[in-house]
Amino acid sequence: MTIDTEIFNNEEKISFALRALYRERGFKPYRMRRFEEYELYMKNKDFLLSPEVISFTDTNGKLMALKPDVTLSIVRAYRPASGGVQKLYYDENVYRVSERTGGFREIRQAGVECLGFRDEACIRDVLSLALESLARISGEYRLCVSQLDVVEALLDALALSDDARAEALRCMGEKNVHELRALCESAGADAAGAEKLCRLTLCSGAPADAARELAALGCPEEAVKAVERLTKDLSPERVSLDFSILGDMRYYNAIAFRGYVRGVPSSVLTGGCYDRLLARMGKPGRAVGFACCLDRLERLEEVGENA
Amino acid sequence: MLNIALPKGRLGEKVYAMFERAGFECPAIHEENRKLYFENEALGLRYFWVKPSDVAIYVARGAADIGVAGKDILLEYRPDVYELLDLRVGRCRMCVAGPRDFRDDPGRTLRVATKFSNIASGYYASIGRDIDVIGLNGSIELAPILGLSDVIVDIVETGTTLKENNLAVLETIVPISARLISNKASYVFYKARIEELVRAISREVET
Repeated sequence: MTIDTEIFNNEEKISFALRALYRERGFKPYRMRRFEEYELYMKNKDFLLSPEVISFTDTNGKLMALKPDVTLSIVRAYRPASGGVQKLYYDENVYRVSERTGGFREIRQAGVECLGFRDEACIRDVLSLALESLARISGEYRLCVSQLDVVEALLDALALSDDARAEALRCMGEKNVHELRALCESAGADAAGAEKLCRLTLCSGAPADAARELAALGCPEEAVKAVERLTKDLSPERVSLDFSILGDMRYYNAIAFRGYVRGVPSSVLTGGCYDRLLARMGKPGRAVGFACCLDRLERLEEVGENA
Repeated sequence: MLNIALPKGRLGEKVYAMFERAGFECPAIHEENRKLYFENEALGLRYFWVKPSDVAIYVARGAADIGVAGKDILLEYRPDVYELLDLRVGRCRMCVAGPRDFRDDPGRTLRVATKFSNIASGYYASIGRDIDVIGLNGSIELAPILGLSDVIVDIVETGTTLKENNLAVLETIVPISARLISNKASYVFYKARIEELVRAISREVET
């Protein structure tokens, strides 16, 4: 049977291309249930992009939820005792409140999760796979990478209150240095340390150049070296460091990243390391993964060559 | 072509003058006609005027790469954009205002009339005060006069309207001014151009 691929829409074409790519790279498919116990999401509410979850009572009286996220389910199902690194890919619908339209929406995501590794090479492979995923989505793409240990170190040095720290992270996420500077001043934080944080917020560009700036800012040497190691084989025209990319540091650590393609106004790929989520769920080892938001690609004019 | 959304009205004109002085001019904007957008092909710029409260939507959704929006709108709608510069024009304050002799009775839910429901809710949540938000779209000052609300949360520029209606500022929530914002994807693809523009405009910002 032959199928005319012209009948597929962007979402379908890219979904097939990504699944083929992940399979080719040795990732195994992960199929999950549409429902999960509500408790899983409530225990990890801050991990979710939107805290609202569609819930209902099952026939046995158990409170269930339509899954708003895939990573939590994969981590819960992960059995370290089964041995070795687990490399999974998925193509699933999630149900969450849309940032754009408000109200619940069914959103299709394809992505990978790599769990239980100890070697940094896994992170490098996942970053490289993120770049390849973007190439399948569009001919014009960029991957922006942040190093959360660097952000954490500079923030810790300022010894801000929890509220002020949350505000500082918001300002960093908006590249809003005028408010970040004012916030640090009103919190009585060390002026030199505050200036470093502002420079970090604006620090973006090719990894090698940005790493030099990080070293000049006196960021922890090991974190700077880790950035260089992780990005050295990635195309500097396609990859840049960007410290406005953050994640909830109770779950995320080390690397966080976002992918953009020309013609789509928001990120189409988000990912990072979530060793702390694994630890919170009582599982050893490290974890990294990313998700591509296929619903954002509906109006993309041209998809990548291999899609 | 860099698409720039400016707020219609006096503030937008003031902001455009800053862009012009910074070297991002578009002479067509001064022509008398009913065009909605203006281009300077040589500089790769396209300006358009939109309703001030809509600028953030144009930018967040990528119809504009950058734009100028009031901090009040950014606080109320929390669009997913970068806030790159405080332009220090269009300065005013987001305030709680009410009758001059108003005394809050903590035994009752405070009725607050406002166009800015999220800002009002956030402010009162931060001080642990239970409120009933009454969403209005205009003439907010009338609400406490007619007993529709106890206080209002609104923008105060000179305070003249409040004074003439026997109202006064009771609390300042946050200072407001115009901010230069950017779409996040546009920032990635036009980084050098946007950074050049931010540097040039920042030299025009009053200190």
